[in-house]
Amino acid sequence: MQRIQFVAIIASVSFLGSVLLQIKKGKLREEYAFVWILSTFALIALSFWRNGLDLLGHLFGVYEPLNLIFTGAIFAILIYLLHLSTTVSRLQLQNRTLAQEVVLLKEKLESNRAANRE
Amino acid sequence: MSQPAKKIAVVIPAYNEEASIASVIEAVNNLRSEQLQLTPVVVNDASRDTTGELISRLKCVPLHLPINLGIGGAVQTGVKFAFNNGFDFAVQIDADGQHPPQFIPNLANELEKNHWDVAIGSRFIDKQGFQSSFARRTGIRFLQWLLECITGRSVTDPTSGMRLMNRKAMKVVYEFYPDEYPEPEAIILYYRRGLTFGEVPVRMNERQGGQSSIQGLRGCYYMLKVTIAIIFTYLRR
Repeated sequence: MQRIQFVAIIASVSFLGSVLLQIKKGKLREEYAFVWILSTFALIALSFWRNGLDLLGHLFGVYEPLNLIFTGAIFAILIYLLHLSTTVSRLQLQNRTLAQEVVLLKEKLESNRAANRE
Repeated sequence: MSQPAKKIAVVIPAYNEEASIASVIEAVNNLRSEQLQLTPVVVNDASRDTTGELISRLKCVPLHLPINLGIGGAVQTGVKFAFNNGFDFAVQIDADGQHPPQFIPNLANELEKNHWDVAIGSRFIDKQGFQSSFARRTGIRFLQWLLECITGRSVTDPTSGMRLMNRKAMKVVYEFYPDEYPEPEAIILYYRRGLTFGEVPVRMNERQGGQSSIQGLRGCYYMLKVTIAIIFTYLRR
């Protein structure tokens, strides 16, 4: 086992640990954590199994196996970002509806109060 | 004319409009009569100037949004208020004094006469009053062409924010209204929801206070955003 493998394993495991800790504290919703846990496991597996990367590279017909990692990672990040964008859009809409509801209720309250005073 | 006067909510979205808002509200209130039951509904879109305090003291329904929603969200707030409170019509006018309220009766009359759901005030039919800059007119012409391709109808002033709607149209806006730069997109929305609409000539003024939000690079962004929004609003079910 080479030194870089140790570094990779330690980094991946501590990343996994911090994700699990966030879930435990209730700061991260499980559905998001799922993606993180899955990708961390993949990283850990590849840290142990060095030949795995060469094998996969060969399987996909990639000239330089390392590029497979980058391609996969970038693709995963893009998908995740898209998912976050849709989440933000949904939150924005919900936020707007809430703000409007608050204003309309406040107005009703004020006008009722004014009517009672008269 | 024995029929009871229609109640019209004049929805005025205001973001940092302390310079002009008072005179706009006053102009609306001065138009009030037996036949014309106008109620200014001012939506303060979390202004950072004194707009909020100002409108609370004036004769209008002040709606203070706790967070800034942008023009579309503010207009929708006013329309929701009008719909919930049984108004027959809601008309949207700008807070910067560009839309003289004197034209509201014309919009209402034309809407009733032609059985429209939405009446849009257009400054390009009679070509009177403030006509905007060359760059803007070019942009407007492109939007006009795009809308005509989709709806098969020509709308001379698709960016006009002066619009009167009946309860049927209010309900459509209640359910969905775009956030930013909603005007051209809303036309497709009316079309897709089966609302009828038409234009009425109005004379607009140059803004009295504040600054246009659409300048320079923002202009390019505006065109891009609106074009994409128009196409996708059309494709949406």
